[in-house]
Amino acid sequence: MTSALRTQGLAQQVARQRWRILRRLRPSRLVLNGIIGLIALFWMLPTISLAIISFRPAGLFNISGWWTVLTAPTQLTLKNYQDLLFSTPHSVIPTGFAAGSILDSLVTTAAITIPATVLVTAISSLAAYSLVFGRWRGRTVVFLGIVALLVVPLQVAIIPVAQLYASFKSLTGITVFGTLPGVVIFHVAFGLPFGIFLMRNFYTGIPKDLLEAGRIDGAGEWTLFRRVVIPLGLPAAASLAIFQFIWVWNDLLVGLVFLGGNAHHTLTLFLYGQTRTLAADYWVISAGAMISVIVPLAIFFAFQRYFVRGVLAGAVK
Amino acid sequence: MVKTKGASRLPRPDASEPAEAVRLPGGRWHRHLGSLAFIAPGAIWLLAIVGYPLLETIRDSFYNSDSTRFVGVANFKTIFSTADILVTFRNNVIWVIVFPFFVTFLGLVFAVLTERIRWATAFKAIIFMPIAFSATTSGLVWNSIMNIDPHVGMVNATLETVSDWFSPPGLYPVNTSAGQTVAALAATGLRSGPGGTLESTATVAAGQTAKLGLVGISPTALQMIGAAQAVVAPPAPGRVSGLVWRDFSPSHPTDRGTVFSDEDGVAGLSVTLLGGDGSSAGSTVTDSHGDFTFTGVGSGTYRIQLDSSNFSSGFTGIYWLSGTQSLTPTSGLSQTAQALFSIPLVDLSMIIAYLWIWAGFAMVIIGAGLASLNREVLEAARIDGATEWQTFRRVTMPMLAPVLVVVLVTMIINVLKVFDIIVNMAPSTSQANTLAVAMYDYGFASSPSNNGLASAIALILFVLVMPVIYINLKRIR
Repeated sequence: MTSALRTQGLAQQVARQRWRILRRLRPSRLVLNGIIGLIALFWMLPTISLAIISFRPAGLFNISGWWTVLTAPTQLTLKNYQDLLFSTPHSVIPTGFAAGSILDSLVTTAAITIPATVLVTAISSLAAYSLVFGRWRGRTVVFLGIVALLVVPLQVAIIPVAQLYASFKSLTGITVFGTLPGVVIFHVAFGLPFGIFLMRNFYTGIPKDLLEAGRIDGAGEWTLFRRVVIPLGLPAAASLAIFQFIWVWNDLLVGLVFLGGNAHHTLTLFLYGQTRTLAADYWVISAGAMISVIVPLAIFFAFQRYFVRGVLAGAVK
Repeated sequence: MVKTKGASRLPRPDASEPAEAVRLPGGRWHRHLGSLAFIAPGAIWLLAIVGYPLLETIRDSFYNSDSTRFVGVANFKTIFSTADILVTFRNNVIWVIVFPFFVTFLGLVFAVLTERIRWATAFKAIIFMPIAFSATTSGLVWNSIMNIDPHVGMVNATLETVSDWFSPPGLYPVNTSAGQTVAALAATGLRSGPGGTLESTATVAAGQTAKLGLVGISPTALQMIGAAQAVVAPPAPGRVSGLVWRDFSPSHPTDRGTVFSDEDGVAGLSVTLLGGDGSSAGSTVTDSHGDFTFTGVGSGTYRIQLDSSNFSSGFTGIYWLSGTQSLTPTSGLSQTAQALFSIPLVDLSMIIAYLWIWAGFAMVIIGAGLASLNREVLEAARIDGATEWQTFRRVTMPMLAPVLVVVLVTMIINVLKVFDIIVNMAPSTSQANTLAVAMYDYGFASSPSNNGLASAIALILFVLVMPVIYINLKRIR
């Protein structure tokens, strides 16, 4: 009797479960998921094509499409990467870490991006602290000035700053134009308005009582900044740093102008230079482009949440 | 700038400052100096590299090419009277009108769709990922996607597949768009016929044979089709037979009209027997030796026609990166007007590539806006019997409008300065340049550079974003 009941209950359970699965597979749901799946596939195709082209023999690019890989997967090879990194037989691209090579460009890009990111994050945090917790007059005006700078196109500054670098050289003998610091200085300047804006908006959410308590206990401004505000503001600083990192890493124009004449190139300059040559070698371009996206993609997937937060806050840039 | 959870908090009036009841160590002035010092690095940096240069650019735009002589508004006059710069204006206008609208639309569609699926996180990551790429990389990728050759470019390959269903290419395609002609193929006993066909110069009657020689036939095509050595077909009563062969012998390169042993028949060719009045009296296909036979041929004289379908080139690819092919009809206009009012295909192609990059951005912002909508209002609408579409149209959209405006404005600012995708995707001769590209060209790429003109273009860009500065300031206050 009990076992019969149990069987009956089990059957009911199975039926209910089947009904639930069927509900999930309703035609409208299937169609919707199908459409969204197609959109996702379509959105991935350019990336997939770049990846596959970079693994196909150089000579095949002009002969057959990358999609022939689907029927002839044996054509895939690592040769493009070997050639680009170690020996470049059919072109004049330097290899290894020589100036102008892809690895040198990777190092150069990092040497620009990391200082630019650290400086923007640090200076913005300091300035935001001053704007939120400082007691000097005119803070609102200064903040409004920074908001006004948020959307200023960097085009308005490149010629005067290039001239500024030139006159700095004639005054002190120190070359800035065409050097990595010259690029970093410019990147930092145009990263600051957004950085200060983002950090300030975050810091205004920190209770002022917290700092007052510290002040009464005799803590100086620097101690409060370091011990209270920085730890609390870490999420915002992470968003800013990641946003700034990807922004600078992917820049072309600033490098193009302020690295002019330098034998070392950024990754985007390396790729741009390849397209400008008469016989653009797509095997170099595709493998180089893959190498150039590794770092930002890794950061994107590792810190996606922070990146999205930065984008949301930076909708003005 | 979007009001979302914690991302942006508007400033409050500074009413919360407590009265200084306790004398604090360090003294008042010291404290003020301390926090003032904190803003100094940022302030100095911004003044030196953004503030001062901005003023300098305003000055330079009224000076000559090396900033030594005041020239008034001459630079602006030059800008508005130089055809090449006006074309960059046109391109900017196309970008600003077309791109922000479509990217906002796509973002809205994606944001609404992702609310209804279980794998929304994965989908969002896929759509958002291109933002992590440099626009340089994206430009290069899309340059290959839009390649004119259907063997290379994905878009043209897709179009070729579709086109081949409707009009398949012939076995021996002649690329007319590359200047080749069917008439040039005729070598022996052939002349050009109507509508891209070839026909025999001599007439034939039943029991006779014809020898038709072609040149310009690719040996690889013959090999692929499986053509064999050309053999002259024997005559037979009541039949018209003949041979079509590749009339080029590597051993006798100048000899035409003789069938040598190293010459192949043109296999698989569609051949039609034309009556005296030009009507078809039968059709057939050549065998691997290039031979054909029409049986049961009546009296009278006939001509042999090689059909145009044999030589049809099929789809040869659209030049997506063309700066001269316009989407709008501009014939009959003057040259300047043509340049100004045409919408070049390359602009559209680049806008598509740029949509691929930025749709994720619009989706994320609009998605955040959707998530922060007041659920109670939406519930109320549903309870009152509004359909899904009515709720979306009459309740969601109006509440979402401020977010959509933010996306639109952000994207307008973005495409005003569009640079990377253009220099990396469009051929440099295609007239696809925008103001930012022109500014770079005049300021740095040309020799000697023209600082006055470049500064004037930069100033125009600045003036164009000024309304946005005003809007931002108003919103913050």
